[in-house]
Amino acid sequence: MSDIRLEGVSKRYGAVAAADEVDLAVAQGEFVTILGPSGSGKTTLLSLIAGLNRPTAGRIFIGGRDVTDAPAQQRNIGLVFQSYALFPHMTVLENVLFPLGVRGIGGAAARTQALDALKLVRLDGLQDRRPSQLSGGQQQRVALARSIVFKPDILLLDEPLGALDRKLREELQVELKQLQRSLGVTTLLVTHDQEEALSLSDRIMVLDKGRTQQVAAPAEAYLRPANRFVAEFLGIANFVGLADGRTGLVRPERVRVGPTGINGGRPARVVETIYLGQMVRYHLALQGGEDSPVVAALPFVGKAFAAGDEVAVSWDTADIWPVP
Amino acid sequence: MNRSTGFAFIAPLLVLMVVAFNLPIIYMLGLAFWDKGRGFTLEHYEGLLEAPVYLRVLGNTLRISLIATIANVAIGYPLAHWMRGLGRRARLIAIALVVLPFWVSILVRTYAWIVVLGNGGLVNRSLQWLGLTDAPVQFLYNELGVTIGMANVLLPFLVLPLFAAMIRIDDRLLQAAASLGAPPRTIFWKVYFPLTLPALAAGTLLVFILCLGFYVTPAVLGGGRVPMISNLLDTLINQIPRWEQASAISTILLIVALVIFAGYRRLDRKASA
Repeated sequence: MSDIRLEGVSKRYGAVAAADEVDLAVAQGEFVTILGPSGSGKTTLLSLIAGLNRPTAGRIFIGGRDVTDAPAQQRNIGLVFQSYALFPHMTVLENVLFPLGVRGIGGAAARTQALDALKLVRLDGLQDRRPSQLSGGQQQRVALARSIVFKPDILLLDEPLGALDRKLREELQVELKQLQRSLGVTTLLVTHDQEEALSLSDRIMVLDKGRTQQVAAPAEAYLRPANRFVAEFLGIANFVGLADGRTGLVRPERVRVGPTGINGGRPARVVETIYLGQMVRYHLALQGGEDSPVVAALPFVGKAFAAGDEVAVSWDTADIWPVP
Repeated sequence: MNRSTGFAFIAPLLVLMVVAFNLPIIYMLGLAFWDKGRGFTLEHYEGLLEAPVYLRVLGNTLRISLIATIANVAIGYPLAHWMRGLGRRARLIAIALVVLPFWVSILVRTYAWIVVLGNGGLVNRSLQWLGLTDAPVQFLYNELGVTIGMANVLLPFLVLPLFAAMIRIDDRLLQAAASLGAPPRTIFWKVYFPLTLPALAAGTLLVFILCLGFYVTPAVLGGGRVPMISNLLDTLINQIPRWEQASAISTILLIVALVIFAGYRRLDRKASA
């Protein structure tokens, strides 16, 4: 168990910076997610920490040790790829035994340790299968077991759930979170899925074009984004003009929608009604103004406005976040 | 279209195959079991066992084939591995250079070796100029020359399937192994090599089978002094002529090749699985 510290880490390919002077401190046992669109440099950052790549500038510390120039082999990192990267010519057990073998751990001790890791990811009984005989979710669990069996200092996850379907992904998110907490291992996850980032992490680092946009707790980043990019990337953002000329952010959950003439909101017309199960989402056109359309998300309680309905829209000034 | 009309369409081709290819082979193989006077006989096979020259040539063929195959692996594996690491354009050029000999007649390629390996050839003149030898080294008209020639001609048969298997290996597997703590040597022997093994084995057997039936290269580079089975068959058919004996030898060669081919098929299926 160790902390991670990045100091001004850059990775340039010619004129393009995949990582641009990134600073980050991950505390021991913390779960931090690097969130960004594709091409934002998040995977590059992970590969720099894993030692698969060398930064062009900056230092990387793991557990206080400067590992900037250390090869991947010497970093004691558990790394999980989106593609799982299981060894196809080995059984599940042999895959999990691999990191123990290279550390000189063999025999019954290694076997016990590997089977324990498989039990932890709920794969006991499948140890003699080949990876090709497993489902995607099971393969991901094997990859996870293989990356924690040797008690790594830190755990790096590169879009670990990206290749799975939605239901399985949500199940595995819960499992991953529990596993991480029970092991207490410092974890850095990379994803482009903002829901995943919000639900899993202690803190989120939002990355765009290789630059840090914000590092904050999920709720903080969602409600008080550091800039417009973060506001839009983390979810649906309603931007409203403020009196002082600045732009304010109102999240759809904070928008009230009611019948006209009751609560004195601004008149609007429903453009689209989208049912999301427990929520209903309205796309609204405000009347008599140049303002952009507003999106509202309300709990669905059996009755909803239909497209074309005239409604009144309002929000509390306390729910407006002036975007810096 | 049902099965029977489909059969009608291929019937002419089938007849051609049977009449033009299969019957002559069966007739050829049958010759060894037939004697004009006495009917069925195994005498020609007994003749093979009694005359040590035949077994010696067979052993010779197997040995030269084995050496040429090993030389092929020793050159081909590192070559294919090196090609995997090249950039896109360099890789294309490398593949072209490996395949290029395919487009040149085998006869031309074999005679080219005479120019390269002869007493006044490129290699010998270089060796003498460097002062490594006083007299020219005998490369030609011995087993060394035959082995070099065969290894060259057959190299693409090993390199291409091996290269195909190697570029299929996901770099992330190797990165995963490194992140799990494996030093480069372990990554090679525990991950990379096992993943290329089926293709290597299949390619090796393919090269070996092709070596067994090689004719042109041993004839030219061996100068008649390195008898291999195909050259012996040539003698038995065109010069002596003793077709029955040739037939018996062909049968044995065919069986050896088929047994190895069965092994090749099993490995190839495993490699593509």
